[in-house]
Amino acid sequence: MDWSEDGIVVSVRPHGESSAVVELFTRTQGRHLGLVRGGRSKRMRPLLQPGNSVHATWRARLAEHLGQYTLEPAELRAAALMDDPTRLAALTTLMSHVQLVAEREAHERLHDALLIVLGALNEDDNWAPLMVRWELGLLEELGFGLDLAACAATGTREDLHFVSPKSGRAVSAAAAAPYKERLFELPAFLRGLPLPPPGPDAVQAGFALTGFFLERHVFAPRAMAPPEARDRLIRRLARL
Amino acid sequence: MSKRVVGPEIERLIQLMAKLPGLGPRSARRAALHLIKRREQLFTPLTKAMGDVLESVVVCGTCSNVDTCDPCTICADATRDAAMICVVEEVGDLWALERAGAIKGRYHVLGGTLSALDGIGPDDLNIAGLIERSSASEVEEVVLAVNATVDGQTTAHYITDRLEGQDVKVSRLAHGVPVGGELDYLDEGTLAAAVKARRPF
Repeated sequence: MDWSEDGIVVSVRPHGESSAVVELFTRTQGRHLGLVRGGRSKRMRPLLQPGNSVHATWRARLAEHLGQYTLEPAELRAAALMDDPTRLAALTTLMSHVQLVAEREAHERLHDALLIVLGALNEDDNWAPLMVRWELGLLEELGFGLDLAACAATGTREDLHFVSPKSGRAVSAAAAAPYKERLFELPAFLRGLPLPPPGPDAVQAGFALTGFFLERHVFAPRAMAPPEARDRLIRRLARL
Repeated sequence: MSKRVVGPEIERLIQLMAKLPGLGPRSARRAALHLIKRREQLFTPLTKAMGDVLESVVVCGTCSNVDTCDPCTICADATRDAAMICVVEEVGDLWALERAGAIKGRYHVLGGTLSALDGIGPDDLNIAGLIERSSASEVEEVVLAVNATVDGQTTAHYITDRLEGQDVKVSRLAHGVPVGGELDYLDEGTLAAAVKARRPF
């Protein structure tokens, strides 16, 4: 059994004295682990940092085996993020989130979107809204997607400003008026409108929205706490 | 099934030695045989030394270094610069810096790094002790000598946040080209960090 594909390094665990078990997120193989012989060597350590992209070849006698990876560098992003605490917290959060998807299950859209977010983390100041969108995509891939296309009460596709915490569906401003304090704000950048880059308040509203549904549908049922890095990221974004 | 060639006591010694870093079953067998051959010169003093260390080893209540006295030799050394605390992840890092002789101050061992993936949070590390120590009036600088990894730098940023508001200078080790390193063989991340951290020459 073997395959070759590019993957994003999600995590690395030491195995013995010189090897490592590396977790990659690939487009068609999904979240996939494998043993890297010499994975703790000086040459491999810079490569095996979360967020880096690698060319991976996986080999095993049987498909269900852990198998062995042979890795070559493709795009090393992690080092450039280490100086920036906010982006580093974002990277750590993203990698924690990737671990929520089932092993060896393809999530092609999520993978492609992750590459875009990681690229933006390195090069673009407007990465935070992309990350909110990616968290929405994660919810959808996990089977808990929000319906933000039409109002849950009236069916209208216009003037959608809120999200119901009960149904996870959008609510128009008119329908939300009597009880809008109990609803989540739906930031304009999540309504798919071609708008200028969203401000910090809109990004915070976006993270509050995704955070609530991630907690309710993903973390709580698995008896997990949300990643501490996500809280740190949100606190840092609020200070910017 | 392989035939037993030595008694269970020696076999047990070999099995235990094989658990040491750098030793596999074959090298453990050779080391055990070497000890047995040199009983008086090596085996007896080694056993006594190990027993002595086992009896007396303690974790320093100040910096979490391991030593046979508390406070440890470094913390008790009056010639050390009390104005500087160098923060390291593990005792092995402290020993490495001491080999280099580059730090004249004192140390603080965190006992690991923050790791979202492994579920290691601030309460699992010796960060509270560092915050308390750095609030002392004689402390002027905290040097963050943590590894240049995602987890190491996450920990460094977290500590920097926690030290905000205290009257101490926070610095960290440089990232870049190692001595003897050839640019052609360095990874892109290290090269980019080195270029970013360039300085007037």
